[in-house]
Amino acid sequence: MIHPIPPGTRDVLPDEMRELRRLHLALIEVFERHGYGEVATPAIEYDEVLARGDGRAAGSAYRFFDESGDLLALRSDMTVPIARLVATRYGGAEMPLRLCYLGNAFRAVRPQRGQMREFAQAGVELIGAPAPGGTAEVVEVLEAALDAAGLNRAVIGLGDADLYRQLLAELGVEGEARESLLERLAGHDLVGLEAELSELEGVEDAQVATCITLSQLRGGREVLEEARALGGSAVERATARIGETFEALEARGVADRVQIDLGLLRDLGYYSGAILEVYDPALGHVLGGGGRYDTLLERFGIDLPAAGFALYLERVHVAQTEEEAGGEVKT
Amino acid sequence: MSLEVAGAVQAKAEGPLKLAVPRGALLGETLEILDRIGVETSEARGESRSLIFPTEGITLVTMRPSDVPTYVEAGAADVGITGKDVLLEQHDRVVYELLDLGYGRCRMVLAGRKGDEKLGESARRLGMMRIATKYPRVAERHFESTGRQVEVIEVKGSVELAPLIGLADGIVDLVASGRTLDENDLEVREEIVECTARFVANRVAHKLRAREVDELTAKLREAAG
Repeated sequence: MIHPIPPGTRDVLPDEMRELRRLHLALIEVFERHGYGEVATPAIEYDEVLARGDGRAAGSAYRFFDESGDLLALRSDMTVPIARLVATRYGGAEMPLRLCYLGNAFRAVRPQRGQMREFAQAGVELIGAPAPGGTAEVVEVLEAALDAAGLNRAVIGLGDADLYRQLLAELGVEGEARESLLERLAGHDLVGLEAELSELEGVEDAQVATCITLSQLRGGREVLEEARALGGSAVERATARIGETFEALEARGVADRVQIDLGLLRDLGYYSGAILEVYDPALGHVLGGGGRYDTLLERFGIDLPAAGFALYLERVHVAQTEEEAGGEVKT
Repeated sequence: MSLEVAGAVQAKAEGPLKLAVPRGALLGETLEILDRIGVETSEARGESRSLIFPTEGITLVTMRPSDVPTYVEAGAADVGITGKDVLLEQHDRVVYELLDLGYGRCRMVLAGRKGDEKLGESARRLGMMRIATKYPRVAERHFESTGRQVEVIEVKGSVELAPLIGLADGIVDLVASGRTLDENDLEVREEIVECTARFVANRVAHKLRAREVDELTAKLREAAG
């Protein structure tokens, strides 16, 4: 008899479970070693509470009423529930606060994409440590986690979430036009970005070229100079922020695997300042990401800077398997 | 944010870049622009039934245009060329759209039978039009954004047939010269969007093979003029 399970969910059998468990233990060991205590939060929360953290992009796809008529939601990431937890339980605590987690989150899937509705994330949240020091600490833990997973070739992209918002404001682009352009950037649609920018009144060709060039600048420290050469105060401020973070990384000796990327734009609504993305040559998909969300906790009533990252465990596991196989192409 | 694991494929950081080349209407001009940037395309032009053509510096992988976003998103191909119509229809696929190559220009249109008022009539009487198309998502978005209700009927083959024998009131399809429409007694009623060939890249390859991707982009930009 075959009894189906919903698309985007899966069973894990013993062989894979053993490998996953090893990965879980290795990651939690790294987090604990860096002083991050593990927490768990419920998979279901009040929709109203989760929506406070992120009204937009990663909003929960699965909502339902409980027996008393309250609207509940399955969490769509771990950062918002932990922000809720920190505000509720650590209001007067000594900062910084270091927490880590390993848990499942839930998002809507589009059919036939092999997407997961239920997926596992592991990561850390560093609360109350401002940029650039806090960001550098998070990157250090991330690198240790990637090493523990055997992903020695993984690269961490470092960008700035505020760059384009500020740059477009400087060009006098506001409101709907700006949101539409940011969407183009987040969707990696450079052709559309260029076309839309060129159509706007008061935006000169040179400024359009600046935006496009900027979004393609990625590499070592030298890209900060290349960006600065493009001019403008938004670029000046963003490159200064990234430069400070990069110096803090160098001071900790963890800058080698970091690729500065002025085209990064994560699609979760709560990021501010530094943003991170993780890539490994063994996999065509992004392994994880993170960054600063200095305004998220404020939405829960405590005004504290924060940063963190999350790794998608299923993808890390696939990359790990590929790396162990010696990086040979499957044919 | 996309979260697939099942389609996860090795984006190999060694060896030449893999370029997904669209077969069909875009093939000729794609090979021409590749010739202009110095890629050896004679084998791909031949009668060979092969799908993969290694050349110096780049490996050409030929496939249906509508498969290009799938291969590039998963990283099985690092970069690719396909039509904007395909990218619009599969707009949830996460790929970098780096360049408008300018060729393969055609229009996505709404068409109906010549002199036939079925489209307007259905909209008035039933508040609803029946539209046959190979691009259901583009069609749905177009009518939704213009505030009209439609029943979108997806077909795989010659869409022109649908209004002729009463499957639909009109069609949404890609039109180059307009000859096929004309020969089937159809005419353009609305233009939805203009489409050309685009150069796309895998998200990870765009970061980890930045130099190679940028070089190829620059060459193609110059060749596309």
